[in-house]
Amino acid sequence: MSMLSLKYEVPGDDFTRAGEASSDVKHKLKQLGYDPGAVRRVAIAMYEGEINMVIHAGGGEAYVEISPEEVEIHLVDHGPGIPDVEKAMQAGYSTAPDNVRSLGFGAGMGLPNIKKYTDDLQIETEVGKGTTLIMKVRPGA
Amino acid sequence: MDRFFHSVTLDSEKCVGCTNCIKRCPTEAIRVRDGKAHIISERCIDCGECIRVCPHHAKKALYDHLDVISRFRYRIALPAPTLYGQFNNLDDIDIVLTGLKELGFDEVFEVSRAAELVSDATRRLMAEGNLPRPVISSACPAVVRLIRVRFPDLCGHVLPLNAPMETAARLAKQEASRREGIPQEEIGAFFITPCPAKVTDIRVPIGTDGSAVDGAIAISEIFPKLSSKMDKLTRVEPLSKSGVIGVGWASSGGESAALLDEKYLAADGIDNVIRVLEELEDERIRELDFIELNACSGGCVGGVLCVENAYVAKARLQKLRKYLPVAQNHLEGQIPGYMEWQEDLEYAPVLKLSNDLGEAMRMMSDIDRMSKEFPGLDCGACGAPSCRALAEDVARGVAKKSNCIFVLREQIQSMADTLSAIGGSMPPAGKNGEDAE
Repeated sequence: MSMLSLKYEVPGDDFTRAGEASSDVKHKLKQLGYDPGAVRRVAIAMYEGEINMVIHAGGGEAYVEISPEEVEIHLVDHGPGIPDVEKAMQAGYSTAPDNVRSLGFGAGMGLPNIKKYTDDLQIETEVGKGTTLIMKVRPGA
Repeated sequence: MDRFFHSVTLDSEKCVGCTNCIKRCPTEAIRVRDGKAHIISERCIDCGECIRVCPHHAKKALYDHLDVISRFRYRIALPAPTLYGQFNNLDDIDIVLTGLKELGFDEVFEVSRAAELVSDATRRLMAEGNLPRPVISSACPAVVRLIRVRFPDLCGHVLPLNAPMETAARLAKQEASRREGIPQEEIGAFFITPCPAKVTDIRVPIGTDGSAVDGAIAISEIFPKLSSKMDKLTRVEPLSKSGVIGVGWASSGGESAALLDEKYLAADGIDNVIRVLEELEDERIRELDFIELNACSGGCVGGVLCVENAYVAKARLQKLRKYLPVAQNHLEGQIPGYMEWQEDLEYAPVLKLSNDLGEAMRMMSDIDRMSKEFPGLDCGACGAPSCRALAEDVARGVAKKSNCIFVLREQIQSMADTLSAIGGSMPPAGKNGEDAE
Protein backbone atom coordinates (compact mmCIF):
# COMPACT_ATOMS: atom_id res chain seq x y z
CA MET A 1 0.00 0.00 0.00
CA SER A 2 1.42 3.37 -0.93
CA MET A 3 -1.33 5.64 0.30
CA LEU A 4 -2.76 6.36 3.71
CA SER A 5 -6.11 8.14 3.86
CA LEU A 6 -7.35 10.02 6.88
CA LYS A 7 -10.59 11.85 7.42
CA TYR A 8 -11.54 14.36 10.10
CA GLU A 9 -14.65 16.28 11.02
CA VAL A 10 -13.76 19.84 11.94
CA PRO A 11 -16.41 21.02 14.39
CA GLY A 12 -17.60 24.54 13.67
CA ASP A 13 -19.25 25.24 16.99
CA ASP A 14 -16.31 24.75 19.31
CA PHE A 15 -13.39 27.07 18.74
CA THR A 16 -11.40 25.46 21.53
CA ARG A 17 -11.16 22.26 19.53
CA ALA A 18 -9.80 23.89 16.40
CA GLY A 19 -6.37 22.54 15.54
CA GLU A 20 -7.02 18.99 16.73
CA ALA A 21 -7.07 17.49 13.23
CA SER A 22 -3.78 19.08 12.17
CA SER A 23 -2.23 18.04 15.47
CA ASP A 24 -3.24 14.41 14.86
CA VAL A 25 -1.87 14.51 11.31
CA LYS A 26 1.41 15.90 12.62
CA HIS A 27 1.64 13.16 15.23
CA LYS A 28 1.02 10.46 12.62
CA LEU A 29 3.50 11.86 10.12
CA LYS A 30 6.18 11.89 12.79
CA GLN A 31 5.38 8.31 13.68
CA LEU A 32 5.70 7.38 10.02
CA GLY A 33 9.16 8.88 10.03
CA TYR A 34 8.12 11.40 7.37
CA ASP A 35 10.60 14.11 6.38
CA PRO A 36 10.67 16.50 9.39
CA GLY A 37 10.62 19.64 7.24
CA ALA A 38 7.51 18.44 5.42
CA VAL A 39 5.86 17.49 8.72
CA ARG A 40 6.38 21.00 9.99
CA ARG A 41 5.01 22.62 6.84
CA VAL A 42 1.96 20.33 6.83
CA ALA A 43 1.32 21.07 10.51
CA ILE A 44 1.43 24.83 10.02
CA ALA A 45 -0.48 25.01 6.73
CA MET A 46 -3.20 22.61 7.83
CA TYR A 47 -3.53 24.35 11.17
CA GLU A 48 -4.06 27.72 9.48
CA GLY A 49 -6.63 26.19 7.17
CA GLU A 50 -8.40 24.47 10.00
CA ILE A 51 -8.61 27.69 12.01
CA ASN A 52 -10.03 29.46 8.94
CA MET A 53 -12.71 26.81 8.58
CA VAL A 54 -13.78 27.36 12.17
CA ILE A 55 -13.61 31.16 12.14
CA HIS A 56 -15.30 31.75 8.80
CA ALA A 57 -17.21 28.70 7.71
CA GLY A 58 -18.67 26.83 10.67
CA GLY A 59 -16.32 23.88 10.29
CA GLY A 60 -16.26 21.18 7.66
CA GLU A 61 -14.24 18.13 6.77
CA ALA A 62 -10.55 17.48 6.31
CA TYR A 63 -9.27 14.72 4.03
CA VAL A 64 -5.62 13.85 4.15
CA GLU A 65 -3.82 11.51 1.81
CA ILE A 66 -0.28 10.56 2.67
CA SER A 67 2.02 8.94 0.16
CA PRO A 68 5.81 8.76 0.12
CA GLU A 69 5.83 11.44 -2.60
CA GLU A 70 3.52 13.99 -1.01
CA VAL A 71 0.87 14.87 1.53
CA GLU A 72 -2.34 16.12 -0.05
CA ILE A 73 -4.88 17.84 2.13
CA HIS A 74 -8.42 18.79 1.20
CA LEU A 75 -10.17 21.15 3.55
CA VAL A 76 -13.82 21.27 2.62
CA ASP A 77 -16.31 23.69 4.15
CA HIS A 78 -19.86 24.72 3.38
CA GLY A 79 -19.50 28.31 4.52
CA PRO A 80 -20.00 31.67 2.85
CA GLY A 81 -17.21 31.27 0.28
CA ILE A 82 -14.51 33.83 -0.47
CA PRO A 83 -15.78 36.74 -2.62
CA ASP A 84 -12.32 38.03 -3.57
CA VAL A 85 -9.63 35.37 -3.45
CA GLU A 86 -6.89 37.71 -4.58
CA LYS A 87 -7.59 40.07 -1.71
CA ALA A 88 -7.82 37.20 0.76
CA MET A 89 -4.37 36.07 -0.30
CA GLN A 90 -2.84 39.43 0.67
CA ALA A 91 -0.85 39.45 3.88
CA GLY A 92 -2.72 41.31 6.60
CA TYR A 93 -6.13 41.26 4.92
CA SER A 94 -8.70 39.81 7.27
CA THR A 95 -12.46 39.63 7.71
CA ALA A 96 -12.26 37.86 11.07
CA PRO A 97 -14.56 39.17 13.80
CA ASP A 98 -13.19 41.04 16.82
CA ASN A 99 -13.82 38.26 19.32
CA VAL A 100 -11.51 36.00 17.35
CA ARG A 101 -8.90 38.69 16.90
CA SER A 102 -8.76 39.25 20.62
CA LEU A 103 -7.43 35.67 20.89
CA GLY A 104 -4.58 36.52 18.58
CA PHE A 105 -6.16 35.02 15.46
CA GLY A 106 -7.41 36.84 12.41
CA ALA A 107 -4.18 38.68 11.65
CA GLY A 108 -4.74 38.13 7.96
CA MET A 109 -1.84 35.70 7.68
CA GLY A 110 -3.84 32.47 7.30
CA LEU A 111 -3.96 32.07 3.53
CA PRO A 112 -0.60 33.76 2.90
CA ASN A 113 1.00 31.35 5.38
CA ILE A 114 -0.66 28.35 3.73
CA LYS A 115 0.67 29.54 0.39
CA LYS A 116 4.11 30.02 1.89
CA TYR A 117 4.34 26.58 3.50
CA THR A 118 2.82 24.43 0.76
CA ASP A 119 4.24 23.35 -2.58
CA ASP A 120 0.90 23.65 -4.27
CA LEU A 121 -2.30 25.41 -3.27
CA GLN A 122 -5.64 25.50 -5.05
CA ILE A 123 -8.68 27.33 -3.81
CA GLU A 124 -12.09 26.36 -5.10
CA THR A 125 -14.71 28.70 -3.76
CA GLU A 126 -18.25 29.75 -4.49
CA VAL A 127 -20.04 32.51 -2.61
CA GLY A 128 -22.86 31.03 -0.59
CA LYS A 129 -21.79 27.46 -1.20
CA GLY A 130 -18.42 26.99 0.43
CA THR A 131 -14.71 26.69 -0.06
CA THR A 132 -12.33 23.82 -0.70
CA LEU A 133 -8.62 24.24 -0.14
CA ILE A 134 -6.37 21.70 -1.80
CA MET A 135 -2.81 21.83 -0.58
CA LYS A 136 0.17 19.67 -1.33
CA VAL A 137 3.40 19.36 0.57
CA ARG A 138 6.32 17.34 -0.75
CA PRO A 139 9.17 16.05 1.38
CA GLY A 140 12.50 17.74 0.87
CA ALA A 141 10.95 20.39 -1.38
CA MET B 1 29.67 5.00 28.66
CA ASP B 2 26.38 3.18 28.75
CA ARG B 3 24.15 4.69 26.12
CA PHE B 4 21.05 3.17 27.65
CA PHE B 5 21.78 4.05 31.24
CA HIS B 6 18.76 5.41 33.08
CA SER B 7 18.55 6.65 36.60
CA VAL B 8 14.86 5.74 36.67
CA THR B 9 14.54 2.01 37.31
CA LEU B 10 12.09 -0.56 38.57
CA ASP B 11 12.15 -2.49 41.81
CA SER B 12 10.35 -5.56 40.48
CA GLU B 13 9.83 -6.97 43.99
CA LYS B 14 7.58 -4.03 44.82
CA CYS B 15 5.85 -3.74 41.45
CA VAL B 16 2.32 -5.17 41.50
CA GLY B 17 1.73 -4.56 37.79
CA CYS B 18 -0.89 -1.83 38.23
CA THR B 19 -1.43 0.80 35.56
CA ASN B 20 -0.52 4.03 37.36
CA CYS B 21 2.88 4.55 35.79
CA ILE B 22 2.02 3.51 32.24
CA LYS B 23 -0.73 6.11 32.14
CA ARG B 24 1.46 8.96 33.33
CA CYS B 25 4.55 8.40 31.19
CA PRO B 26 4.89 11.30 28.70
CA THR B 27 6.72 9.20 26.10
CA GLU B 28 4.64 6.02 26.56
CA ALA B 29 7.83 4.26 27.62
CA ILE B 30 6.35 1.80 30.11
CA ARG B 31 4.46 -1.46 29.52
CA VAL B 32 3.26 -4.02 32.01
CA ARG B 33 4.33 -7.52 30.94
CA ASP B 34 3.93 -10.68 33.02
CA GLY B 35 2.62 -8.62 35.87
CA LYS B 36 5.57 -6.23 36.09
CA ALA B 37 6.31 -2.82 34.61
CA HIS B 38 9.05 -2.64 31.99
CA ILE B 39 10.72 0.55 30.84
CA ILE B 40 11.45 0.85 27.12
CA SER B 41 14.96 2.21 27.47
CA GLU B 42 15.31 4.27 24.30
CA ARG B 43 12.07 6.13 24.99
CA CYS B 44 12.66 6.99 28.65
CA ILE B 45 13.64 10.62 29.29
CA ASP B 46 14.18 10.16 33.05
CA CYS B 47 11.59 12.76 33.97
CA GLY B 48 10.65 10.84 37.11
CA GLU B 49 6.87 11.07 36.65
CA CYS B 50 6.57 7.31 37.26
CA ILE B 51 8.49 7.63 40.52
CA ARG B 52 6.08 10.36 41.55
CA VAL B 53 2.91 8.40 40.84
CA CYS B 54 3.85 4.84 41.85
CA PRO B 55 1.81 4.08 44.99
CA HIS B 56 3.99 1.04 45.74
CA HIS B 57 7.33 2.86 45.50
CA ALA B 58 8.43 0.35 42.89
CA LYS B 59 9.93 3.03 40.68
CA LYS B 60 13.13 4.43 42.01
CA ALA B 61 16.06 6.56 41.00
CA LEU B 62 19.59 5.25 40.95
CA TYR B 63 22.05 7.75 42.38
CA ASP B 64 25.34 7.75 44.23
CA HIS B 65 25.65 7.42 47.98
CA LEU B 66 27.73 9.75 50.07
CA ASP B 67 30.59 7.26 50.48
CA VAL B 68 31.37 7.61 46.75
CA ILE B 69 33.30 10.78 47.53
CA SER B 70 36.04 8.84 49.33
CA ARG B 71 37.40 7.68 45.97
CA PHE B 72 38.87 11.12 45.38
CA ARG B 73 41.69 12.98 47.07
CA TYR B 74 39.95 16.37 46.89
CA ARG B 75 36.16 16.51 47.05
CA ILE B 76 33.90 19.28 45.89
CA ALA B 77 30.18 19.46 46.63
CA LEU B 78 28.01 21.10 43.97
CA PRO B 79 24.72 21.91 45.72
CA ALA B 80 21.72 22.77 43.52
CA PRO B 81 20.07 25.94 44.83
CA THR B 82 16.97 23.79 45.37
CA LEU B 83 18.76 22.29 48.38
CA TYR B 84 18.50 25.57 50.31
CA GLY B 85 14.70 25.47 50.11
CA GLN B 86 14.48 22.15 51.97
CA PHE B 87 15.22 23.51 55.44
CA ASN B 88 12.77 25.06 57.82
CA ASN B 89 13.71 28.44 59.38
CA LEU B 90 16.96 28.70 57.46
CA ASP B 91 18.13 32.29 57.22
CA ASP B 92 21.66 31.84 55.94
CA ILE B 93 22.83 29.78 52.98
CA ASP B 94 26.28 29.50 54.58
CA ILE B 95 24.85 27.17 57.23
CA VAL B 96 24.01 24.64 54.50
CA LEU B 97 27.37 25.06 52.79
CA THR B 98 29.35 24.73 56.03
CA GLY B 99 27.27 21.65 56.90
CA LEU B 100 28.27 20.09 53.55
CA LYS B 101 31.95 20.56 54.42
CA GLU B 102 31.32 18.83 57.74
CA LEU B 103 30.05 15.83 55.76
CA GLY B 104 33.51 15.31 54.26
CA PHE B 105 33.73 17.72 51.33
CA ASP B 106 36.88 19.83 51.05
CA GLU B 107 35.10 22.54 49.16
CA VAL B 108 31.63 23.67 48.20
CA PHE B 109 30.94 25.31 44.85
CA GLU B 110 27.36 26.50 44.48
CA VAL B 111 25.66 25.57 41.23
CA SER B 112 23.84 28.90 41.49
CA ARG B 113 27.19 30.62 40.85
CA ALA B 114 27.49 28.82 37.53
CA ALA B 115 23.82 29.61 36.86
CA GLU B 116 24.69 33.30 36.97
CA LEU B 117 27.42 32.72 34.42
CA VAL B 118 25.02 30.75 32.20
CA SER B 119 22.54 33.64 32.45
CA ASP B 120 25.29 36.05 31.50
CA ALA B 121 26.31 33.88 28.52
CA THR B 122 22.67 33.49 27.46
CA ARG B 123 22.13 37.25 27.50
CA ARG B 124 25.18 37.68 25.29
CA LEU B 125 24.18 34.98 22.82
CA MET B 126 20.68 36.42 22.62
CA ALA B 127 22.08 39.90 22.00
CA GLU B 128 24.29 38.60 19.20
CA GLY B 129 21.09 37.39 17.59
CA ASN B 130 22.45 34.36 15.77
CA LEU B 131 20.33 31.78 17.57
CA PRO B 132 16.98 30.83 16.02
CA ARG B 133 14.13 32.40 18.04
CA PRO B 134 12.63 31.59 20.33
CA VAL B 135 15.55 30.09 22.18
CA ILE B 136 14.60 27.12 24.39
CA SER B 137 16.42 26.59 27.68
CA SER B 138 18.74 23.58 27.89
CA ALA B 139 18.82 23.45 31.68
CA CYS B 140 16.26 20.68 32.30
CA PRO B 141 17.74 17.41 30.98
CA ALA B 142 14.33 15.73 30.84
CA VAL B 143 13.03 18.50 28.57
CA VAL B 144 16.09 18.32 26.31
CA ARG B 145 15.57 14.55 26.00
CA LEU B 146 11.87 15.03 25.33
CA ILE B 147 12.68 17.46 22.51
CA ARG B 148 15.21 15.00 21.14
CA VAL B 149 12.70 12.15 20.83
CA ARG B 150 9.54 14.09 19.94
CA PHE B 151 10.28 17.49 18.41
CA PRO B 152 12.74 17.32 15.49
CA ASP B 153 12.21 20.91 14.38
CA LEU B 154 12.88 22.33 17.79
CA CYS B 155 16.27 20.67 18.27
CA GLY B 156 17.96 23.68 16.65
CA HIS B 157 16.24 26.08 19.07
CA VAL B 158 17.76 24.60 22.20
CA LEU B 159 20.31 26.87 23.87
CA PRO B 160 23.73 25.36 23.05
CA LEU B 161 25.14 25.92 26.53
CA ASN B 162 25.88 23.40 29.25
CA ALA B 163 23.54 23.50 32.22
CA PRO B 164 24.82 25.23 35.38
CA MET B 165 25.70 21.87 37.00
CA GLU B 166 28.22 21.05 34.26
CA THR B 167 29.74 24.51 34.16
CA ALA B 168 30.01 24.51 37.95
CA ALA B 169 31.92 21.20 37.93
CA ARG B 170 34.35 22.30 35.25
CA LEU B 171 35.01 25.69 36.78
CA ALA B 172 35.33 24.34 40.33
CA LYS B 173 37.82 21.67 39.26
CA GLN B 174 39.93 24.15 37.31
CA GLU B 175 40.07 26.59 40.19
CA ALA B 176 40.76 23.92 42.80
CA SER B 177 43.49 22.33 40.72
CA ARG B 178 45.26 25.65 40.31
CA ARG B 179 44.81 26.70 43.92
CA GLU B 180 45.63 23.38 45.61
CA GLY B 181 48.15 22.12 43.08
CA ILE B 182 46.24 18.84 42.65
CA PRO B 183 45.76 17.27 39.19
CA GLN B 184 42.13 17.48 38.00
CA GLU B 185 41.84 13.66 37.85
CA GLU B 186 42.24 13.50 41.63
CA ILE B 187 39.46 16.00 42.21
CA GLY B 188 35.92 14.70 42.50
CA ALA B 189 32.90 16.96 41.93
CA PHE B 190 29.51 15.77 43.22
CA PHE B 191 26.16 17.26 42.38
CA ILE B 192 23.53 17.33 45.12
CA THR B 193 20.57 16.57 42.89
CA PRO B 194 16.84 17.22 43.05
CA CYS B 195 16.04 14.78 40.22
CA PRO B 196 16.99 11.55 38.41
CA ALA B 197 17.30 13.31 35.03
CA LYS B 198 20.47 14.99 36.27
CA VAL B 199 21.89 11.62 37.33
CA THR B 200 21.36 10.34 33.80
CA ASP B 201 22.76 13.55 32.36
CA ILE B 202 26.06 12.92 34.13
CA ARG B 203 26.37 9.37 32.83
CA VAL B 204 25.06 10.05 29.32
CA PRO B 205 25.46 13.78 28.72
CA ILE B 206 24.02 15.71 25.79
CA GLY B 207 26.00 18.34 23.93
CA THR B 208 29.33 17.14 25.30
CA ASP B 209 31.05 13.77 25.20
CA GLY B 210 31.88 13.59 28.86
CA SER B 211 30.65 15.18 32.05
CA ALA B 212 33.05 16.66 34.60
CA VAL B 213 30.63 15.69 37.36
CA ASP B 214 31.79 12.52 39.08
CA GLY B 215 28.63 11.59 40.90
CA ALA B 216 25.16 12.74 41.92
CA ILE B 217 23.82 12.37 45.43
CA ALA B 218 20.09 12.78 45.97
CA ILE B 219 18.89 15.64 48.14
CA SER B 220 16.65 13.11 49.90
CA GLU B 221 19.69 10.96 50.72
CA ILE B 222 21.85 13.73 52.07
CA PHE B 223 19.11 15.68 53.84
CA PRO B 224 18.99 13.84 57.22
CA LYS B 225 22.78 13.66 57.61
CA LEU B 226 23.19 17.26 56.51
CA SER B 227 20.51 18.66 58.81
CA SER B 228 22.06 16.91 61.75
CA LYS B 229 25.46 18.45 60.94
CA MET B 230 23.84 21.85 60.44
CA ASP B 231 22.29 21.65 63.91
CA LYS B 232 25.67 21.06 65.53
CA LEU B 233 27.73 23.74 63.81
CA THR B 234 29.86 25.82 66.17
CA ARG B 235 30.90 28.30 63.51
CA VAL B 236 29.60 29.20 60.07
CA GLU B 237 32.05 29.86 57.24
CA PRO B 238 31.29 32.69 54.81
CA LEU B 239 31.14 30.50 51.69
CA SER B 240 28.17 31.60 49.62
CA LYS B 241 28.91 33.63 46.53
CA SER B 242 25.56 33.66 44.72
CA GLY B 243 23.03 36.34 44.12
CA VAL B 244 19.28 36.61 43.57
CA ILE B 245 19.69 35.51 39.95
CA GLY B 246 21.55 32.27 40.65
CA VAL B 247 19.37 31.10 43.51
CA GLY B 248 16.29 31.99 41.47
CA TRP B 249 17.05 29.19 39.01
CA ALA B 250 15.64 26.69 41.52
CA SER B 251 12.08 27.53 40.58
CA SER B 252 10.22 28.00 37.35
CA GLY B 253 10.66 31.50 35.92
CA GLY B 254 14.02 32.10 37.57
CA GLU B 255 16.13 31.41 34.53
CA SER B 256 13.94 33.65 32.36
CA ALA B 257 13.83 36.49 34.85
CA ALA B 258 17.64 36.53 34.74
CA LEU B 259 17.54 37.45 31.05
CA LEU B 260 16.13 40.86 31.92
CA ASP B 261 13.91 40.70 28.84
CA GLU B 262 10.16 40.50 29.21
CA LYS B 263 9.56 38.52 26.02
CA TYR B 264 9.73 35.12 27.61
CA LEU B 265 7.52 32.27 28.71
CA ALA B 266 8.18 29.85 31.56
CA ALA B 267 6.20 26.59 31.70
CA ASP B 268 6.54 23.82 34.23
CA GLY B 269 5.05 20.35 34.69
CA ILE B 270 5.56 17.82 31.93
CA ASP B 271 2.06 18.11 30.42
CA ASN B 272 2.32 21.89 30.18
CA VAL B 273 5.78 21.57 28.70
CA ILE B 274 4.49 19.25 25.98
CA ARG B 275 1.64 21.63 25.17
CA VAL B 276 4.06 24.53 24.76
CA LEU B 277 6.42 22.46 22.60
CA GLU B 278 3.54 21.39 20.34
CA GLU B 279 2.51 25.00 19.83
CA LEU B 280 6.09 26.13 19.28
CA GLU B 281 6.51 23.46 16.66
CA ASP B 282 3.45 24.74 14.82
CA GLU B 283 4.75 28.30 15.09
CA ARG B 284 1.73 29.29 17.09
CA ILE B 285 3.87 31.01 19.69
CA ARG B 286 5.36 34.05 18.10
CA GLU B 287 7.05 37.21 19.33
CA LEU B 288 8.84 35.52 22.21
CA ASP B 289 12.59 35.42 22.61
CA PHE B 290 13.02 32.79 25.26
CA ILE B 291 11.20 29.67 26.42
CA GLU B 292 12.03 28.23 29.81
CA LEU B 293 10.72 24.71 30.35
CA ASN B 294 10.93 22.56 33.45
CA ALA B 295 9.62 18.99 33.50
CA CYS B 296 8.67 19.22 37.17
CA SER B 297 5.83 21.37 38.51
CA GLY B 298 7.31 24.44 40.12
CA GLY B 299 10.70 23.86 38.49
CA CYS B 300 13.65 22.06 40.11
CA VAL B 301 12.08 22.51 43.56
CA GLY B 302 9.47 20.02 42.29
CA GLY B 303 12.06 17.31 41.58
CA VAL B 304 11.20 13.83 42.84
CA LEU B 305 14.35 13.58 44.93
CA CYS B 306 13.45 16.64 47.03
CA VAL B 307 12.06 16.22 50.50
CA GLU B 308 9.99 19.39 50.73
CA ASN B 309 6.83 20.39 48.90
CA ALA B 310 7.82 22.40 45.80
CA TYR B 311 5.79 25.46 46.73
CA VAL B 312 7.00 25.59 50.31
CA ALA B 313 10.59 25.32 49.05
CA LYS B 314 9.94 28.12 46.58
CA ALA B 315 8.55 30.38 49.30
CA ARG B 316 11.59 29.71 51.48
CA LEU B 317 13.96 30.52 48.64
CA GLN B 318 12.18 33.84 48.10
CA LYS B 319 12.90 34.70 51.70
CA LEU B 320 16.53 33.54 51.47
CA ARG B 321 17.12 35.56 48.31
CA LYS B 322 15.75 38.73 49.79
CA TYR B 323 18.93 40.49 50.89
CA LEU B 324 21.32 38.97 48.36
CA PRO B 325 23.00 41.07 45.69
CA VAL B 326 21.43 40.69 42.24
CA ALA B 327 24.37 38.60 41.01
CA GLN B 328 27.85 37.83 42.25
CA ASN B 329 29.26 36.01 39.24
CA HIS B 330 30.00 37.65 35.91
CA LEU B 331 31.73 36.58 32.74
CA GLU B 332 34.95 38.36 32.01
CA GLY B 333 35.81 38.42 28.33
CA GLN B 334 34.38 35.87 25.90
CA ILE B 335 32.14 32.94 26.73
CA PRO B 336 34.64 30.23 27.71
CA GLY B 337 34.65 27.07 25.61
CA TYR B 338 33.83 24.78 28.54
CA MET B 339 30.41 26.45 28.86
CA GLU B 340 29.42 25.68 25.29
CA TRP B 341 27.98 22.54 23.72
CA GLN B 342 30.44 20.70 21.52
CA GLU B 343 27.75 18.76 19.67
CA ASP B 344 24.41 19.74 18.20
CA LEU B 345 21.24 18.25 19.59
CA GLU B 346 20.20 15.56 17.16
CA TYR B 347 16.70 14.19 16.67
CA ALA B 348 16.35 10.57 17.81
CA PRO B 349 13.16 9.27 16.19
CA VAL B 350 12.51 6.45 18.67
CA LEU B 351 8.74 6.62 18.21
CA LYS B 352 9.00 5.98 14.47
CA LEU B 353 7.19 2.86 13.30
CA SER B 354 9.70 1.69 10.71
CA ASN B 355 12.72 2.90 8.78
CA ASP B 356 10.86 2.14 5.60
CA LEU B 357 8.12 4.66 4.85
CA GLY B 358 6.00 2.19 2.89
CA GLU B 359 6.18 -0.31 5.73
CA ALA B 360 5.41 2.42 8.26
CA MET B 361 2.31 3.39 6.24
CA ARG B 362 1.10 -0.21 6.18
CA MET B 363 1.59 -0.39 9.92
CA MET B 364 -0.22 2.90 10.43
CA SER B 365 -3.25 1.71 8.53
CA ASP B 366 -3.26 -1.52 10.59
CA ILE B 367 -3.06 0.60 13.73
CA ASP B 368 -5.98 2.78 12.62
CA ARG B 369 -8.07 -0.29 11.87
CA MET B 370 -7.19 -2.09 15.10
CA SER B 371 -7.79 1.00 17.23
CA LYS B 372 -11.40 0.88 16.09
CA GLU B 373 -11.71 -2.79 17.11
CA PHE B 374 -10.56 -2.08 20.65
CA PRO B 375 -13.16 -0.69 23.07
CA GLY B 376 -11.48 2.72 23.47
CA LEU B 377 -11.64 2.60 27.25
CA ASP B 378 -7.87 3.01 27.60
CA CYS B 379 -8.16 0.81 30.68
CA GLY B 380 -4.54 -0.29 30.62
CA ALA B 381 -5.34 -3.92 31.52
CA CYS B 382 -3.42 -5.04 28.41
CA GLY B 383 -0.28 -3.43 29.83
CA ALA B 384 -0.21 -0.58 27.29
CA PRO B 385 -1.22 2.98 28.24
CA SER B 386 -4.07 3.24 25.72
CA CYS B 387 -5.96 1.23 23.09
CA ARG B 388 -4.01 3.11 20.44
CA ALA B 389 -0.71 2.20 22.10
CA LEU B 390 -1.73 -1.48 22.17
CA ALA B 391 -2.56 -1.28 18.47
CA GLU B 392 0.90 0.18 17.87
CA ASP B 393 2.52 -2.58 19.90
CA VAL B 394 0.61 -5.23 17.92
CA ALA B 395 1.70 -3.60 14.65
CA ARG B 396 5.28 -3.57 15.90
CA GLY B 397 4.94 -7.26 16.72
CA VAL B 398 5.52 -6.94 20.45
CA ALA B 399 1.95 -7.58 21.66
CA LYS B 400 -1.11 -9.62 20.70
CA LYS B 401 -4.60 -8.34 20.00
CA SER B 402 -5.89 -10.79 22.59
CA ASN B 403 -3.94 -8.89 25.26
CA CYS B 404 -7.11 -6.79 25.25
CA ILE B 405 -9.51 -8.51 27.65
CA PHE B 406 -12.50 -7.34 25.62
CA VAL B 407 -11.14 -8.86 22.43
CA LEU B 408 -10.26 -12.01 24.36
CA ARG B 409 -13.81 -12.17 25.78
CA GLU B 410 -15.25 -11.92 22.26
CA GLN B 411 -12.94 -14.68 21.08
CA ILE B 412 -14.05 -16.90 23.97
CA GLN B 413 -17.70 -16.06 23.30
CA SER B 414 -17.30 -17.01 19.67
CA MET B 415 -15.57 -20.24 20.67
CA ALA B 416 -18.36 -20.96 23.11
CA ASP B 417 -20.95 -20.31 20.38
CA THR B 418 -19.14 -22.73 18.08
CA LEU B 419 -18.92 -25.33 20.84
CA SER B 420 -22.55 -24.90 21.70
CA ALA B 421 -23.55 -25.23 18.02
CA ILE B 422 -21.47 -28.38 17.67
CA GLY B 423 -22.77 -29.73 20.96
CA GLY B 424 -26.39 -29.14 19.91
CA SER B 425 -26.22 -30.93 16.60
CA MET B 426 -26.65 -34.73 16.53
CA PRO B 427 -24.87 -37.04 14.13
CA PRO B 428 -27.22 -38.62 11.56
CA ALA B 429 -26.85 -41.99 13.27
CA GLY B 430 -28.12 -40.55 16.57
CA LYS B 431 -31.23 -42.06 18.15
CA ASN B 432 -33.69 -39.21 18.12
CA GLY B 433 -31.84 -36.59 16.14
CA GLU B 434 -33.96 -33.97 14.43
CA ASP B 435 -32.11 -34.92 11.27
CA ALA B 436 -34.19 -38.11 11.21
CA GLU B 437 -37.29 -36.20 10.09
